[in-house]
This record gives sequence, C-alpha cells and structure tokens, in this order.
Amino acid sequence: MTRRYSALSLIKEGLAGQKGWQPAWRSPEPKKIYDAVVIGGGGHGLATAYYLARSHGVTNVAVLEKGWIGGGNTGRNTTVVRSNYYYPESVAIYGLAHRLYEGLSKELNYNVMLSKRGMVFLCHSTGEMEIGARTVNAMQINGVDAEMFSVDDVRRVAPVLNFAPDARFPVFGGVWQGRAGTARHDAVAWGYARAASALGVDIIQNCEVTDFIVEGGRCRGVQTSRGTIRTDRIGMAVAGHSSVLSAKAGLRLPINSYALQACVSEPIKPILDTVVLSPGTGVYVSQSDKGEIVIGGALDRVPSYGQRGNLPTLEGVISGLLEMFPAFGQLKLMRQWAGIVDVVPDSSPIIGESPLPGLFLNCGWGTGGFKAIPAGGTLLAHLLATGKHHDISRPFDLDRFVTGRLLDEAAGSGIAH
Amino acid sequence: MQLFHCPFCGARDETEFHFGGEAGNLRPDGADAPADRWANYLYMRDNPKGAVREVWVHMNCGEFFVMERDSVSHQVLSSTSLDGAGHAQ
Ligand SMILES: Cc1cc2nc3c(=O)[nH]c(=O)nc-3n(C[C@H](O)[C@H](O)[C@H](O)COP(=O)(O)OP(=O)(O)OC[C@H]3O[C@@H](n4cnc5c(N)ncnc54)[C@H](O)[C@@H]3O)c2cc1C
Ligand SMILES: [Zn+2]
Repeated sequence: MTRRYSALSLIKEGLAGQKGWQPAWRSPEPKKIYDAVVIGGGGHGLATAYYLARSHGVTNVAVLEKGWIGGGNTGRNTTVVRSNYYYPESVAIYGLAHRLYEGLSKELNYNVMLSKRGMVFLCHSTGEMEIGARTVNAMQINGVDAEMFSVDDVRRVAPVLNFAPDARFPVFGGVWQGRAGTARHDAVAWGYARAASALGVDIIQNCEVTDFIVEGGRCRGVQTSRGTIRTDRIGMAVAGHSSVLSAKAGLRLPINSYALQACVSEPIKPILDTVVLSPGTGVYVSQSDKGEIVIGGALDRVPSYGQRGNLPTLEGVISGLLEMFPAFGQLKLMRQWAGIVDVVPDSSPIIGESPLPGLFLNCGWGTGGFKAIPAGGTLLAHLLATGKHHDISRPFDLDRFVTGRLLDEAAGSGIAH
Repeated sequence: MQLFHCPFCGARDETEFHFGGEAGNLRPDGADAPADRWANYLYMRDNPKGAVREVWVHMNCGEFFVMERDSVSHQVLSSTSLDGAGHAQ
C-alpha cells in the first residue's frame, strides 16, 4: 500500500497493477466536538488545518466544506504566484507565502508543480517606465527580487508580444520578477488536504455551515447541514461568501463580492514560457503545462454572487489580449468561468479574531489569494492555536478599518482591483 | 450584455452604469461621530446574497438612482429615482 509518493512508488504500483493506491485523504463522519474547526475547504482553510496539526500539534481539527475541496476560487484561479508588492507589511506576508511555496512539494510530498517561469509587468509609456523604476526600487529596498526590463529584455522573454510601434499599447519595457510563476491549483488544495488528513485532520465535504452557536458572548460551535459541531476555536476562510457567513454571527465586513472571470484557449504548442501582465489592457496571460493559453483580466463591474461572469468584461479582456498578442486571434476559446472574490477597499487581506470572540477571520484576498495560501494558513493556524496575532498578521487585523491604517496595495503596487 | 433601466433614459447597456454603493448607508452626522461609526459608514457592508437595494449612477446622464436586483441571478426588479418621485420601471 502506497503512503509516500515517489518515483519508486510509481514503479511499484505500476508493476502491481495500480491496485495499491489509497484515497489521498480520509472522509470520516463529523465528530460532535473538535479542538478547532476551519470553515471552508479552499487552499486557505486546508493549509490552516495542516499547519495547526504540523506546527502546533493541534490535530483534533475538522475542515468543513459545503461543496468539494478546492471547488471555490482555489480551483478557479489562474495560478499566478508572485510576491512583488509594495508595502513592507505586504512584502512580509507574500514573501512568507512565496518562500513556503518554494519548498511545498517536498513538505507535502505532493507535486504542486511550482514553475518559477518569471513574470513581467509591462510598461506602455515613459511615464509607466518611471513608475516601474519606483516600484522596482521600493521592492529592492524591501528585499524583494525585482528588476527593470528594457524593451529588448521583454522581447527576449516574450517574443510573441506585439512590439509594433503603432500598437495601441506599445511595449516600452517592464518590471520583472524572476521567482514568480505558476503552480497547479488543485494540487495545492489536494496536497494540503492529504498531508493534513495524514496528521489526523478530518476533511468533511458536503457540509455547509449554516449558523454559529454563541454562548456567553463567545462563539462555541457551528450548525451545519450535517449536524451540530462544538468547538471553542473557529477559523473562517470562505472567500467571496465571507459576508454571508459573518452575517450569521451578526458581523459586517468591509467586503464587496464580485465575479472574477478567466478563460482558456485550446491547447497549442509551447509559445509563452513566462507570465505577462499588462496594466494597460488589464490582461494577464500564461500558458499551462497542457498548452492552453490561460487568460485573466479585470473584475466584473457588477457586485455578484453569480458564478458566471458578465459578457462586457470578457469582451474587454479578449480585445486586450488580441491587442497584446495578435497571433492569438486564431485561437478558439475552450472554457470560460468565474469565481466570487472578496474585494476589500485597500486590496489587502483581513486576518485576525473577529469582534465575536472565538471566531477568527481569513478573508479579503480578493483577486490575489492563491499565491498567499501557505501564509494565510500559517497565520490563521497561529491565531487559532495561540489566540494571538503573529507579527506578520497583526497589520492585517480588521481593526485597521477603524484606526485608518489601511494597506492600500491598489495604490502601492498597482493591483487593478 | 445585460440591460439596466435608468429611470430617466430607459433601458441601456450595463456598461453605461456604475455601482455607487448600498442604498440606505447614511453619512454620520457631525465630525464628533465615533471612529467605529465612520468605519461602518465608509467600509462595512451587508453585501447580501440574493435581494439587494443599491445606488447606481447612469454615467451618460449623470443621474443617481436606486436599483433593486438579485445578486445571484442578476435579475433587475426595479429602478427608482433617488427622490422616489416615480419614473419607476
Ligand atoms: C478567475 C480567478 C483568477 C484568479 N487568479 C489568481 C492568481 O492568478 N493568483 C492568485 O494569487 N490569486 C488568484 N485568484 C484569487 C484566488 O483564487 C483566491 O484569493 C484564493 O483561492 C482564495 O482561497 P480561499 O481558500 O480563501 O477561498 P476558496 O478557494 O474560494 O475556498 C472557500 C471555500 O469555502 C466554502 N464555503 C463557503 N461558504 C461555506 C459555508 N457556509 N460552509 C462551508 N463551506 C463554505 C466554499 O465552497 C469554498 O470551497 C483568482 C481568483 C479567480 C476567481
Ligand atoms: Zn440616464
């Protein structure tokens, strides 16, 4: 029976007719009581459970997922992993995530296919080149690897781009992060689930949390579609549904939910081996290992819980794509989809104990939380285990919306949304 | 392309409209309102799933109005001018 994945186990199972593979995680019935419960089986929830067990020895833990694990934004995202943010607080959190990603396949004994193919943020004017230089300087001061690229550098890494002088968004150069890249989204969810399950965590799918048990001013458990579960420590990582769930606890959050769309083309031969983002067109592109061109862009403009996406945004993204890569005009789109993302006014996450004691939040990652999964998990696990902030999560507490100490990465590093 | 109804101009493309916020979010009265009251007004949202009442602006005519719609199906139920004086669709 295979417990550890390795080249040797592949050969052994091959010789034995592939009969020894076990389900990657257990699917037990929920218990009545746990030391800690994590709501949401996306990357952040699963990573939280894993680090609770691995780093804090808290193994009597359940992850409650209303659908299937990774079926939310984690399994819908365009998988870009990078850490080139602006403020030191952001660099600390995304840098932690990036470093953990670099060792993740080994740590989890699960290939998350991290591909450090590099990423270029294009600059389309001399003004943007100046802002790019400022960004690079700020990042280097914070210890993040960032480089200014000339137009020739950009041509070297992405020759298929439109370099025509009469292009609507001509390429002047770009900001490069060589350690950025992509990872396999499902593998991140499945790898954390498998490793957490092996440490004793119960992964419970098809289990929707419908209400909270509040006693003596504290959160003491949850009502679910599979019965009542009691616990004194509850972590919530439900992304676009954070407002809906927190309303059950009588809380309001600084979140608007929007659909974010993505789409993929038919698979083609390798043509783009890096990630390209254009703030001008609002489009970013990479090529998957299967050969599909993976295309993402701006948020929909209508607040929404409809996991479909609206046509005008898709149209804008595709026209931007064709402006950047005229050759892609021949491609057929295979699939389009959307996820409901939790957009916060300062484009930074919310991590910390909620105003209801015992209930802890990990949300507000909006359009960019895949890259942060290992850090989000580490920090929520620290909060659940110790009841206190980690130094890295402290600035991201909900109280910043009262004190006014916002971390505006939309302004800082030019996240479009 | 979805059509939204401006109470003044009628049915127009959704791209002509901009989301303004949840209806009924009233600005605190006076500078001595406590910080958490300001935080509530500036940042905290109900963000409901299902029936919503929102302020939108039709960017072409510049008028603000209240739209009731469903945030899952995107079905629009009504558009009313802010003074409530009719033009309802
Ligand atoms: C199209 C798209 C592209 C993106 N591209 C990128 C990118 O390139 N790079 C990047 O870093 N980020 C990207 N993101 C953002 C990223 O996907 C998210 O920030 C991240 O996956 C959030 O992870 P999560 O675990 O918090 O949420 P999710 O993966 O959404 O998990 C939350 C889970 O909670 C469950 N849930 C909700 N309510 C309940 C309930 N009441 N009871 C039980 N379970 C519940 C849901 O079913 C869901 O599985 C993208 C997002 C989208 C939609
Ligand atoms: Zn109008």
